[in-house]
Amino acid sequence: MDAKTFDSKSLLDSLFENGILFESGIDGLYGRSGAFEEVIERFERLVTRLGAPDKATRIHFPPGMSRATLEKSGYMKSFPQLAGCVHSFMGGEREHAQLLGMMADGGDWTELQKATDIALTPAACYPLYPTIAARGPVPAQGLLFELSSYCFRHEPSKDPARMQLFRMREFVKIGTAEQVRSFRESWLKRGRAMIESLDLPCEVDLANDPFFGRGGKMMANNQRDQGLKFELLIPVTSIEKPTACLSFNYHQDHFGQTWGLKFADGEFCHSACVGFGLERVALALFRHHGPDADAWPAAVRDVLWSV
Amino acid sequence: MIDQIRSLLEQHPMIPLNFGALADDANLYDAGLTSFASVQMMLALEEEFDIEFPETMLTRRTFSSLASIADAVSQLTRKAA
Repeated sequence: MDAKTFDSKSLLDSLFENGILFESGIDGLYGRSGAFEEVIERFERLVTRLGAPDKATRIHFPPGMSRATLEKSGYMKSFPQLAGCVHSFMGGEREHAQLLGMMADGGDWTELQKATDIALTPAACYPLYPTIAARGPVPAQGLLFELSSYCFRHEPSKDPARMQLFRMREFVKIGTAEQVRSFRESWLKRGRAMIESLDLPCEVDLANDPFFGRGGKMMANNQRDQGLKFELLIPVTSIEKPTACLSFNYHQDHFGQTWGLKFADGEFCHSACVGFGLERVALALFRHHGPDADAWPAAVRDVLWSV
Repeated sequence: MIDQIRSLLEQHPMIPLNFGALADDANLYDAGLTSFASVQMMLALEEEFDIEFPETMLTRRTFSSLASIADAVSQLTRKAA
């Protein structure tokens, strides 16, 4: 993985050739090698250790979440193009025969499936908010969570850093505007220091989410104007367009209002999250330090393998 | 034009703001306008006046008050005329 691999296609090919990722026939859906998984495990431990002094409550979510929760969160207003909903066959024997007939004819048999109550989780924190709101008022000092989940976003691509199913680790702070902003500030510093300790080039920049359509352009401008999203970028498949590996998001009181997350005095809570794109960080490490993790620079191995 | 815009927005089911009680230069975001509602507002204005806001105008500032909306709409309708 030398300087020539600075494009998506050749990096992906080189990951396949080196047995780091395995093809599935679908862009953005890959098998991972043991070495790749070990790097992710090590990085997760590093993240957990860095956040340990803050005593977050850890919750691990499955890759599917309540569809009703996704709907109420407003996800379909902003990212209808990325969402995925699980469908299943719920018919009887007659419909089953019809389905097999359609499959044999090469027809679209999927229309005989119906939407289940499950949607694929688009970001690790979506299932959190209603769970917390159901527990009653948020204490004055706020709440802190450490989350992880496999996430889905429908954006097939040859860019190995844009997978359709990937893991995200997150810290989420729910509290006053001041509490969540200072949480975000502290992670902007800690996140950068962590990536620099892994000898990876990075920069932090103002960013926006990929909101849908022309209305989305306006949402993106609003998000930038208000400085709500920052990303830590590392060159993975391009030097000109580095990859967002960490993101730092201030939601204002959007989720507080949506889910009725309040303090005892009735004030709505604000929230912020820092997300770690685990596959992206692992890809950045393989891209910059080589396909054999045993041969990575001693300083990098010390950071990852001493935790 | 401001009155036409005010009555259009007042009737919009997805923008829950009391436009009748808002001064021309009142800040709509301070009055509770969400990002999503501002997108609904943009789409409703485009349909009503048969205009298309260029990307450079799709900003928070353009939709911050009835006066600045009227300003933007009149620029675009003038161009079209």
